[in-house]
Amino acid sequence: MTDAPRTMSRRQLIRHSAWFGAAVGLAVAGGEVISHVAGTAEAKQGLARPTLRFAQVSDSHIGFSGKANPDVAGSFSQAIGQINNLGYAPDFVIHTGDLTHLATPDQFDQVKQMMTGLRTPHVFTVPGEHDSVDDAGQKYRGVFGAGTRGDGWYSFDITGVHVIALVNTLNLKKLGHLGVEQLEFIAKDVAALSDDTPIIVFSHIPLFAMYPDWGWGTDDATQALSYLRRFSSVTCLNGHVHQVFSKTEGNVTFYSGTTTAYPLPHPGDGPAPKPVTLPAGRLHDALGIREVSYIRGQNALALKERTLQ
Amino acid sequence: MPGGHQRARELLWTVVLAVVMLTGCSSPPSPTSPSVTFGSGATKPGMPGMSGMPPMPDVPAGTTAATTGSAAPVAGNAVSIDNFVFVPATLTVAAGSTVTWTNRDEEPHTVAANDGSFHSPGMGSQATYSHTFPTAGKFDYVCSIHPFMHATVVVTQ
Repeated sequence: MTDAPRTMSRRQLIRHSAWFGAAVGLAVAGGEVISHVAGTAEAKQGLARPTLRFAQVSDSHIGFSGKANPDVAGSFSQAIGQINNLGYAPDFVIHTGDLTHLATPDQFDQVKQMMTGLRTPHVFTVPGEHDSVDDAGQKYRGVFGAGTRGDGWYSFDITGVHVIALVNTLNLKKLGHLGVEQLEFIAKDVAALSDDTPIIVFSHIPLFAMYPDWGWGTDDATQALSYLRRFSSVTCLNGHVHQVFSKTEGNVTFYSGTTTAYPLPHPGDGPAPKPVTLPAGRLHDALGIREVSYIRGQNALALKERTLQ
Repeated sequence: MPGGHQRARELLWTVVLAVVMLTGCSSPPSPTSPSVTFGSGATKPGMPGMSGMPPMPDVPAGTTAATTGSAAPVAGNAVSIDNFVFVPATLTVAAGSTVTWTNRDEEPHTVAANDGSFHSPGMGSQATYSHTFPTAGKFDYVCSIHPFMHATVVVTQ
């Protein structure tokens, strides 16, 4: 495993400075966009231990071999090293799918072995369509499905936050798909929760229509989200699209995460979502991990996108 | 070093997306981790990290996504997968014919009938898959990895 070096290169310093230069972030609370300016109480509160903090990693595509990234195992190792060097142990790490490239037993074995190196109490996963290319997810569930329900979905509670992990990569017709059984699970799963329970939802394919022509949406997500409308804070985190993107619909905010493997085009940029080969030395700028934290009493989760170091 | 255009684009994405927390450096590790309660029938999903329990037992054996076929496709009964498109989009063959698909993309694809009557394994770059159609009919299929890719085989008597 390669641990990220702790010293800051000139390039990182420049990037770091750029963060400071852009030190006005946008958070969404109650449907309104609020800017957070450096030095405000919110920023200072970040120094205290948040109620919940976790890391998201996605789309490692272990087994991919192409010029867009000749060493996906190496970059996933770097991502793991980066999570292990955040300065704190995340309460859990979520991998939002496409762990493997072709769902072979060797690839599942490799990615699982690699993730045992994550310094965190819990590692959670959801499958991507690359993890279920030919068997409706059987091999995936054989490796990562212990304790899950149905075709691999589940939920849990941590520090007062309710987390739901969904599977929307099976029985695809064009878009992501949840299916009747899983929709019923969601309805029952949240039925007893009070409206002020913060909800976090993980899925591989976006639950919002990011770009349906490329399959970047879920055909029955509206039904799933209807069960979550009454909650004051709903945050949906997904992978699949290999780039960061965000959208808010009412009380629900969607965040697409980036990849540790290779970039895909921006929506509609070119004929197909095929791997983009960047000029030499630029790949790592497109890869990364995400830190997420939640402070009790606030509606919005704080997200920090980190490029791969 | 990223060019100005790239930097501007990164900055744009960053500003739109992130709640910027200026604590770029580390905070002290927490002595305890919050507990997790699994609900709604799930017993204990996920896998423990390094500070948890030892790794789970071995991965069960499964099928290997293999390249099928080796002979060059018969002219007229071939479908090429090129740039995320099945070519031709509609192929007409006589009953009893064998159709061979060839993946000419770097990305993997599959060939999966909507009615479940055939389903290829994951096909890597240049891999082929063949299926014989014994009876007449209209068979719509997709790539199960990229289901916005769809095409049809029409089988005549």
